[in-house]
This record gives sequence, structure tokens and C-alpha cells, in this order.
Amino acid sequence: MQKALENFRICDFTGQLAGAGATKWLSAFGAEVIRIEDPVRDGRWDILRGNAPFKPGQKGLEHGGGFNNHNTDKLGITLNLRTQKGKEILTELIKVSDAVTENFAAGVLDRWGFGYEALKAIKPDIVYVSNCGFGHEGPYHRFKTWGPIVQAISGLTFTSGLPDQPPAGWGYSYMDHTGGYYMAMAIMLALRHKQNTGEGQWVDLACTEAAVTLNGPAVLDWTVNGTKLRKEDQPHSNRSQFQPMAPHGIYPCRGDDDWIALSVRNNDDWEKLVTLIKDDWTGAYPKESTRLSQQDELDSLVSSWTSGFDKFELEAMLRALPIPASAVRKPQERIDQDSTTRNFGLWPTVEHSAMGKVQVDGQPVQFSETNWHQARGAPCLGEHNEDVLTRLLGYSSEEVAQLAEEGVL
Amino acid sequence: MSVLQGIRVIELANERIAFAGKLMADMGADVVLVEPPQGDPTRGYPPFDGQTGNKSLYFWHYHTNKRSMILDLDKAEDLDHLRKLISQADVLLETEPIQRLAQLGLDYQDTSPENPGLIHIAVTPYGRDAPESDLPQTDLTLMAAGGPPWSCGYDDHSLPPVRGWGNQAFHTGSHFAYMSALTALLYRGESGAGQFIDVSITAALNVTTEAASYAWHVCEATVQRQTGRHAAVVPTGETQMLCADGKHVNTGVPPRFPREFQNLLTWMKSLNLDKEFPETVFLEMGAAWEGQFDLSKIGEDDTITAIFSAGRDGLKLIAQTVSAYEFFVGCQEAGLAVGIIYSPEEVYEDEHFKARGFQASLQHPGRSEPVRYPGAPYKLPASPWSLRHPAPELGEHTQEILSSLE
Repeated sequence: MQKALENFRICDFTGQLAGAGATKWLSAFGAEVIRIEDPVRDGRWDILRGNAPFKPGQKGLEHGGGFNNHNTDKLGITLNLRTQKGKEILTELIKVSDAVTENFAAGVLDRWGFGYEALKAIKPDIVYVSNCGFGHEGPYHRFKTWGPIVQAISGLTFTSGLPDQPPAGWGYSYMDHTGGYYMAMAIMLALRHKQNTGEGQWVDLACTEAAVTLNGPAVLDWTVNGTKLRKEDQPHSNRSQFQPMAPHGIYPCRGDDDWIALSVRNNDDWEKLVTLIKDDWTGAYPKESTRLSQQDELDSLVSSWTSGFDKFELEAMLRALPIPASAVRKPQERIDQDSTTRNFGLWPTVEHSAMGKVQVDGQPVQFSETNWHQARGAPCLGEHNEDVLTRLLGYSSEEVAQLAEEGVL
Repeated sequence: MSVLQGIRVIELANERIAFAGKLMADMGADVVLVEPPQGDPTRGYPPFDGQTGNKSLYFWHYHTNKRSMILDLDKAEDLDHLRKLISQADVLLETEPIQRLAQLGLDYQDTSPENPGLIHIAVTPYGRDAPESDLPQTDLTLMAAGGPPWSCGYDDHSLPPVRGWGNQAFHTGSHFAYMSALTALLYRGESGAGQFIDVSITAALNVTTEAASYAWHVCEATVQRQTGRHAAVVPTGETQMLCADGKHVNTGVPPRFPREFQNLLTWMKSLNLDKEFPETVFLEMGAAWEGQFDLSKIGEDDTITAIFSAGRDGLKLIAQTVSAYEFFVGCQEAGLAVGIIYSPEEVYEDEHFKARGFQASLQHPGRSEPVRYPGAPYKLPASPWSLRHPAPELGEHTQEILSSLE
């Protein structure tokens, strides 16, 4: 099968998830992504390198589970940019690349002598995409972020939770994942512009801005109507914010921390649900307006009903009606026991030089002509030094060995 | 020139994919929203514009820069119009029931012979080959199926898992639809060939759950939800704190470098908190630490554990004394990645975002003042994001588009 992006080469400084997740998409579609790591600090500017989770019996720099998951099919080289020779090699690599990508704090690449102006001098049509929490300009451009900080600033933490409770936020870095998606979009948009016009550019991506756009209707309710979401009560985010629906929530089931989500969109759904509940109390709620205005009472009645069922049995019964319903799936239930993810080919197994075979997150798409492919694990430190320097930059194997000895690689 | 100028997208209206269409339209694509005669149901979703009382701000947000066309697909004539429209389009974006387009004679195998460059993107709950895709779904039930709520909620597990607000399941599916469109456009730019793309929303959510998935892949460990911080296999210390003004902050990673301990100490002194803080001595030890401060020794090495805890406790004490905004800025100036937990309206009015030009605006017919919108998610100076016109009225462009088809 053809590879969609095989004509593109990325000189990649990204790390963690917000950056590495972006170039993972590109490499899955055949772009040549060359990760650059610092030999002096053993590549630890990416804190996931060498960090848990580990496969049983493994530990160390080459065994980080998250690092492997986010860096499949990339090439990895080491370059000591404190040395003049290291800078020269980077310059040669930029000359043969289409894009330079990074998610350092603002200004880091510039301090190394590879800011946008320098990059452009090396290769006039270079695409440069920087991804940092607050962007490279503005009063907070020196401030640092992680995914949870981006979520806090942008309103995504505030808008996730239950009343009478503090914000629940997101129990993972939704905005590292999603920031990575926006970075992938930005890289591809800039490559497309270059494909159209031959012109490069610097894309200044601020993850917090991308995140604010994900609460668009709430922002408009503020700018148009002056409505604030900060009120006495924390927003109840398991309820429907837009289309009026009730009941609409996550309800307890029998079993250990087992739950089911269900939504009643209209009177039809409600009438179907009533045939399943078969209890007199449902007679008090024939009207949507009543169900909406008495959601607290309704939720507790629905909870007592759902709590007698196994979540998957109840899911099957609700789906037979059918009304929208799904058990809250635990990792094992959606990865090992869910035919829909397995049939979609969502969990490829890659071969990692040190970790061996490891299952990873694939891509949630299938292309008829140029599908993605993930086969190789994340690169070990400097694993492709010889390949990249000999094949792309014309060094001999002896020269590569010499550079390693001199501490350049 | 915007990147996607000249790209014609046909979007068969549905709330699940509206955001993918917006992302393309805002980068210059000509997105034709095909609506049934009664209009897309989201035209009736709150919140509404208070001035007219019936204009949906939800619809305004998700359909900026698009054109609207009414087509009744139960009528042969309108079906022909759609066929013609697709034959001239670059991208078809749809989330129809899995057999629907084949029944209409408009699936990829029907349309691609006439339009081999067509990029047909089908976004469904579980993929085009899964019968489950035709089950009724909401954002909430998609989320529960795809994994995120398992990781979100509170330390107290008698409280239910939480779904983050804002139809993020639809967004996540839309992000992958858009990334797919860009990937396929880049390929078409080199080869001329289009293709069919099958996007699964629940699969998209499954791979947007961070360690919940890869801790299972790597060592079959299951993360557990915690209040305001990452779900984890081994419980971690709290990171969400309440400040003196009743607002919360997320403290991220507490101090772990000598300079950070020193900055924290200096700040506490300036607030006169160092005298009453019993762990000041440990902060001083942290500030004077030589060599690597090895976080992996927390719990094993008493001194490192005490210094690390002092950092967290010191932050907590400051938080009780200052406002959330002061805490945020003070910590950031001390080099700590901390965030204020803003509501959407608060972040929108924050000076940083204003200074960056994030506030976009658009003139709406019949309104004296322009409407302020969220701005660009990314800045491409050579080929910028833009708001050109507001969401269309129902069928506003039907005639205009039909005549262009003749």
C-alpha cells in the first residue's frame, strides 16, 4: 500500500505527549520523522523516556511504556548541540527536511541558535511548528505548562465535575493528546500551504488557545448574553449541556465500581425506558419538562433501578429498546474484551529493540488507499545515528563512530 | 491565501461532525452544509441569542464560514443535486447510518468513478463495518464506551465517573476526521488520488486516554480516578488547591530543583509565612541541595521525602493566603508550572489571550455590535485562520449553489 506522507521528512525535537503525539500520526502515515535527542542528558528532556509503566521484569532508559507508545516508527538520533559539530550536523539535517517541530518552553530553540530566522536562513521554505502552552508571544509566554495546567487555564477543568464538589477535571492529559492533534493539523496545514505555494512559515501553536475553542458555545453565551458559567454551583457535566435530555447521566450498577451511561433524548426514548423499568414512579414523569425540572429526583430513582443490574446486561437491554446507553468501560473491557476496537485493528503490536513486542495505541481511522502502519517501537537512544548520518548526510560509518567517540552523538 | 481555499467540502449535517466542518471552513474551505427541509436539529439547541431569543449560539459556533443548502434526500430531484454536488467536491464529510449512502447510490464506490479525487470521510460511532454504529448514541454514551469517564471524577468512588463537558466525544471524532482530510489532501497533492476514510469515534476516544490504555498494554495495570488529577495505578498526592478567593488552582508538579525551593522560600518570606510554617527548615535544605534531587527516592529516603512534602505544603499554605490569580502568577514567576482553574468566560477575558489577538469577531446581520468569538487554534501567518461570515440561515445558499451546478 502507498504511504500518504512518504515524501515528507520531519526534523523532530518534540517530546512528552503534546509533541510526540503529533509526529506519531505523521510517522504512522509514512513521513520520515527523525527524533533528535540530547546524548548528555540521555534524552531525558522527554520525561517519558525511561519512565513507568514498564513491562514486567524491565526497567530503565529504553523501556518507558508511554515513550514507546507515542514514538512508534520514528527514527532516533543523538546530537550534542553544545558542540560546534553537533550544530553543523543539525544544520545539514534541516537542509534536507520539510519541517522542524518542537514543544519546548518558548525560546529554547532560539537560544540554541535555531530560531525561525536561523532555520529560514538554512532552508528558506522550511516549515517550523512550535507548540507550547501559552505560545511564543504574549504576557505569559515565559510561563510553563503541562496538560493539566492547559486544561485548568482553558476552562476544561472547571467544566468537568459534579455539583457540591470541586472541579473533577480530566483524569489524564486530554490537552496533551488534543494539543498533539492540533500540532499535527498545524504541521499538515503548513505542509499543504508549501505544497500549494512553495512557501514555508512558522506556526505558533498555543495549546491553551486550541483548548478554549473546545468550549465555544459557553464562550458565546458569555460574549453575547453575558452569562457566566461560574455560579454558586459547579456545572453538572454528566448532564446534557445543549440538547435538553433527562434522564442523562452515569448511574451505578451491581459490581465493583461499575457504572452505566444512558440518555433519554425525547418522549419516545422515555416511553421505551418505562417499559423496561416497569415501576409506578415512572408515571410521574411523562413530560419532558417535568423530567428536566426534576432531574435530581429522577436521577436518584433511576440510580436505584440501575443499581440492581450488571452493567453489561443492562447495556444489552437498553440497546435492545434501543435508547442511547453504554457501560462505563474499564481499560481491560475496551482493549481486551471489546470486539469493536479489536475488529477495527486499533491495537497494533510493534517490535521495540529493547522491549521486544509491545501492544500500542493505533490510529482510529482506516484509509482505503494509504492506510497507516505501525510496526516499529520507539527508537532507543541514538539507534539510528548511523542510518541517518550515512544515508541522508553522506557520512561514512567510520566518521559516525568517530563523532560518537568525540561526544558529538 | 488560506490553506484550504478552493477546497469544496460537502457536509451532511449532523452534530457529530459539525466541528470537523468548522475546522476546515475556518481555514478557507468552501463547506456546504446540506440540511433537511426542517433544518439541522442543532439550530434548536441552547444557548440562544438573548436578543432574538431563538438563534442558537451552539449553531453559530459550529457553523462559522459555512454555506447552507436544503436538500430532501427522499426526493429524486434533490438526490440528483447531491450526486452532482459530490461529483464536483473535494471532500465528502458524513456520519450517516452505515448502509444509507449505498442505498441512495451515493457511497464511495458509486461516486468515485466519476470523481476519482474525492476524499470521502465517514465518521461513525464504531466504524463503517460495525453494526453497533447504527445504535442511537449521545456524546455521553460514546464517551462511556470509549474510555475517558473511567479516568475522570473523584477520589471518592461512591461518586460516579465524570464526563467532561462540551461534547468532547464529537470533538475528538472531528479532530481525527480533519487530520484524515489533511493527510489525504497532502497525498492527493502528490498523486491526484482520492480515497475512502473510515473514522470511528469510540476508537478515537480509546486512543485519547493516555496511561489508561498504555498501562494496560504494557503491564495490565488499571488506573483509578482521583480528584482533579491524573488517574493512576498507585495513588498520588493531591494537586488541586482552594485559594483564598474561593477559586481553585492546579499545582502540577511541586518544587524539585534547588532554585524552585529557594523561590518558594523567598515568596513565603515576602508574605510573612515562613515563621509560622513548621517545614521552613526543609525548604532551606531543598534550596541548598547539591547534586541530583532524586524524586524516585520519595518514600524511601526520609530527607528527600520531607523536602518534597515541604514544597507541597508550602504551596498549600500560600494558596490559603492569596487569590487564585496571584497564586498562578506567583508560582509561574517562581518557575513552577501552575494553573488557575478558570471558567470559559474568565479565560476568554484574560489579558494574555487578548494580547495574542485570540478574541475574534464577526458582524452579524441585524446586530449593531460585532459578536466576539473564540479565535484561531493555531497561527499560520502565511495562510491564516479567519472568520469570514456567520453561520448560515437555513437554506441561505440553496439557489446560489444550485445555479452553480447547472
